Amino acid sequence: MAPQSVSEVVAVLSEHGDRAKLLAGGTDIIVQLREGLREADVVVDIKKIAEVTSFKYCDENGLSLGAAVACYNLYEHPQLSKLYGALADSTHIIGGWQIQSRASVGGNLCNASPAADSIPALIALNATAVIAGPSGERSVAVEEFCTGPGRNVLENGELLVSLQIPAQGANCGSAYERFIPRNEMDIAVVGVGSWVKLADDGTIAEAKIGLGAVAATPLVAEAASASLIGKEPTEETFAAAGELAKQIATPISDMRGTDEYRTHLVGVLVKRTLTTAVERAQSS
Amino acid sequence: MTSTQYRVIGSRPVRHDGADKVTGKAIYTADTKLPGMLAGFVLRSPHAHAKVVSIDTSEAEATPGVHAVVTGKDFPNVENKMADLGEGSVNLAYLSSNCMAQQKVLYRGHAVAAVAATDVHIAEAAAKKIKVEYEVLDSVTWVLDAMKEDAPLLHDDLVTDSMGDKAENPSNVPVHLHFEKGDAAKAFEEADVIVEREFKTATVHQGYIEPHAVVADYNEDGRLRIWTATQGSFTARQQTAEVLQIPLGNVLVTPCEIGGGFGGKITVYLEPTAAILSKKSGRPVRITMTRADVFEASGPTPGSFMRVKIGAKNDGTMIAGEAWLAYDAGAYPGGMIGPGCMCVFSCYDIEHAVVDGYDVCLNKPKTSAYRAPGATQVAFATEQLVDELAAKLGMCELEIRQKNAVKEGSRRVDGPVYPPIGLEECLQAVQESDHWNTPLEGPNRGRGIAAGFWFGCGLKSSAACTVNSDGTINLLEGSTDIGGSRTSIAMQLAEVLGLEADDINPMVGDTDTAGYTDVTGGSRVTFATGMAAYEAGRDLQQQMKTLAADLWDCSADEITVGEDGAFTGAGKTVGFKELATELFQAGEHLVGRATVSPECPTNGFGAQIADIEVDPETGKVTVLRYTTIQDAGKAIHPSYVEGQLQGGTVQGIGWALNEEYFYKDDDTMANASFLDYRMPTMLDVPMIDTIIVETGNPDHPYGVRGVGETPIVPPPAALANAIFNATDTRMTELPMSPPKLWKAMQSKQTSE
Ligand SMILES: Cc1cc2nc3c(=O)[nH]c(=O)nc-3n(C[C@H](O)[C@H](O)[C@H](O)COP(=O)(O)OP(=O)(O)OC[C@H]3O[C@@H](n4cnc5c(N)ncnc54)[C@H](O)[C@@H]3O)c2cc1C
Repeated sequence: MAPQSVSEVVAVLSEHGDRAKLLAGGTDIIVQLREGLREADVVVDIKKIAEVTSFKYCDENGLSLGAAVACYNLYEHPQLSKLYGALADSTHIIGGWQIQSRASVGGNLCNASPAADSIPALIALNATAVIAGPSGERSVAVEEFCTGPGRNVLENGELLVSLQIPAQGANCGSAYERFIPRNEMDIAVVGVGSWVKLADDGTIAEAKIGLGAVAATPLVAEAASASLIGKEPTEETFAAAGELAKQIATPISDMRGTDEYRTHLVGVLVKRTLTTAVERAQSS
Repeated sequence: MTSTQYRVIGSRPVRHDGADKVTGKAIYTADTKLPGMLAGFVLRSPHAHAKVVSIDTSEAEATPGVHAVVTGKDFPNVENKMADLGEGSVNLAYLSSNCMAQQKVLYRGHAVAAVAATDVHIAEAAAKKIKVEYEVLDSVTWVLDAMKEDAPLLHDDLVTDSMGDKAENPSNVPVHLHFEKGDAAKAFEEADVIVEREFKTATVHQGYIEPHAVVADYNEDGRLRIWTATQGSFTARQQTAEVLQIPLGNVLVTPCEIGGGFGGKITVYLEPTAAILSKKSGRPVRITMTRADVFEASGPTPGSFMRVKIGAKNDGTMIAGEAWLAYDAGAYPGGMIGPGCMCVFSCYDIEHAVVDGYDVCLNKPKTSAYRAPGATQVAFATEQLVDELAAKLGMCELEIRQKNAVKEGSRRVDGPVYPPIGLEECLQAVQESDHWNTPLEGPNRGRGIAAGFWFGCGLKSSAACTVNSDGTINLLEGSTDIGGSRTSIAMQLAEVLGLEADDINPMVGDTDTAGYTDVTGGSRVTFATGMAAYEAGRDLQQQMKTLAADLWDCSADEITVGEDGAFTGAGKTVGFKELATELFQAGEHLVGRATVSPECPTNGFGAQIADIEVDPETGKVTVLRYTTIQDAGKAIHPSYVEGQLQGGTVQGIGWALNEEYFYKDDDTMANASFLDYRMPTMLDVPMIDTIIVETGNPDHPYGVRGVGETPIVPPPAALANAIFNATDTRMTELPMSPPKLWKAMQSKQTSE
């Protein structure tokens, strides 16, 4: 079914509980249903709802991104792709063109894969999730949204309506990078999103780093982020932040890499994304 | 031979099946739909090794929509009998129980039962209601572990055959091969430098895009019709008939268009099962594998352990070689160890050598051929040691190869003496190439080279050509077309008759219409079936001479056929088409035919150059530039030769850098999907440059050598040599994936 309003969706979800599944781009849910990884009696398409499929930016409030807006809208947008470099980077590598023209950032977040590409970028950009449910609206910081692989904070009857991402002033820059063994068609072995705001003297005024694929949920690297404040943006500073970020990584060993290798990559990618984020901040 | 000017050979006409393939009209097995057709689903073992205690199919059989259920009980008992499949032979008992497990399952994915139902979802749901009681046994997936005395045994009755001597106690090693020439031990004593290392390679899969598929229709009269994706319709017919114990002539196999095989579509997996389901249900049955089935239950190529040693004199002459090779056979005996042993020193003229090889059963799917089966592994070892020898001797890596390259008269360790071959010419082409002569600059970059060899076989082929009233030709042959062979065969017929490629309408016949033809494998089709087409053309010309003699009132001996295919006699010269039309009008119609079975290998040699860059922080390798050089003897259709060179090289690059069967602790495969079994995508490889060398094969009318397999042999070695030159780190294990290369570079740094 394809309801026209958020309240209708809430009603359907409340009625069917977890036998109802939402469908945004469908690039996760259709595959999961077909492979028997998830089951549903009702599939609810949310793409007929204006709030969920639109996005707008203003200088005070930043970006309000409807939960079902497809990836290409972000990296193809001349202004947004500059302002939200990390989001443009990540939406540009989620699958190929076909996937990007359906897959949404909201779906990527709700699917709650530890290796989801947009989540570390959203964390770094300080995004909040706006959730609607039977008892009204509430907001949750993105880093608190995922509760385990494939699990999130949404309760019975709730859906994600939009993501609110703070405005980006001058001197802000962000970047996302993942490591994969090939150049396409892979799940992140590690993914890192970094955001910085530079002070007038060129030092780092604010920073936030998000990590993916190194724990059961995407993480905020708090100590690493804090270590950057007030520092000159040098390679040593970035490397030191990388070392701190490595300390919170608790990855598994599997066919995509050993825990040792993944932890090592955290350091490498923190350094690389900070370098790009600072370059972008300097040129914005 | 190479100086001959040809009209058609060496040109690049559009392939006859091109339009059908690019417009999606070509009929593949899964496109085949018959009235009343059912869908089959195969239930497979979740365990790597287990006894099948009992199977209860009652609930599945009672499911609405289900028409038939089969288990191992429905398969006839076949004794231990070897069946010759053209390229290799197979024990029928093993073949049968690989299709459907009897008392034991030997790998995850091993078929235990199958269901035919009105649609595949019903079949799958019903199959899941089959209750199989397993007694799980200890399993083993590493070749050296499987060779240990206390290893879990896969087959209780299997004893080692050591060059004819049978061992007393059962083991997982069906075969120990031993080859020797000269006195290797003594030669090592006389060597000035010796290099020796151990190498490991992972199990890899051919990765053809089209999964295995079959449609079987068992008729009331005992006639069985099969449509299938196969590299050899005649071997599919034979295997199916033998496993089912029905007369060969009762089986008709129609080979559909095929989406890649590379050696993996020679053995039957689904055909007997589909046939029995069809017999039981009285309806046609189609079964298609999923990608996971393909990885877990078809035939990958062996993982291996190798210890290789080479000794040389100070002037760079290699004088001694020693190799100890253990290859996975998979669940049943009969892996690729033979060619491994024969290829380990096949590129170098080493006077004294000794090779021991072991075929080892373990709990992985039964291995199958994959492009030059067994040769890529040993090249990975030998070609790295050759580089190390060169470094120790202060020689250039190309020079040492040129100095020791095999040539006409060199004897291989397993006995054969080479006829004229083209390795020296390939190495010369390396030396003269733009790639070799362009310096590679920049940090973390390296260049590597490697040589490679594959036998290329002859075997049996047939061709028949019917002449139409306008002088065009319908060519019927039996080689399933995987790489454009319809056209390269038709071109040889066109050349001999003085026609154009599109005057020939080639058709791949089924087993009732085409003459017996062995598999599309062993790099043999353009060589052998091309030869059959050539001979069929000659047969036509002979018949036409006789008939023209009547028409022209002269003796057949007076009539000659020119290079352009024109007939000259009785004072006139008439082209092929004109004479064919004239004869048709005079009431004569023509069919030419030929069967050939050349026994000689075509000996394909090649060499490759790789430039790479390593990310020192992640261990990821980027291939910057790559050149593949190969002796094609004579390239009939150069674009298809280039395609073979590029395709084989890319598969070799995947094997080198990322591909592997990744096993979990319970010996089941963790990555049975194209997401995590990482074949290269188009973004992972540069355009592969090619150089075709043409030395001419004296055993073929146009000098053709097989080209399909050799290109996969050098890449892992060439890339390993390039990685060494970039990082000073020797990679002795495949794949050289980022985590492994990073780790090796780390260990090297800390040990320094
Ligand atoms: C070929 C391929 C390649 C891919 N490559 C990548 C990749 O490189 N990186 C990556 O991170 N992912 C990748 N993915 C996964 C997937 O494309 C992404 O996770 C995508 O962003 C999901 O978005 P969607 O709109 O398609 O989600 P859907 O499939 O529609 O939904 C995803 C999940 O979220 C739920 N959901 C959707 N919207 C809401 C909502 N508003 N409120 C509550 N729950 C909701 C759904 O019920 C479902 O459980 C790939 C998938 C495919 C098929």
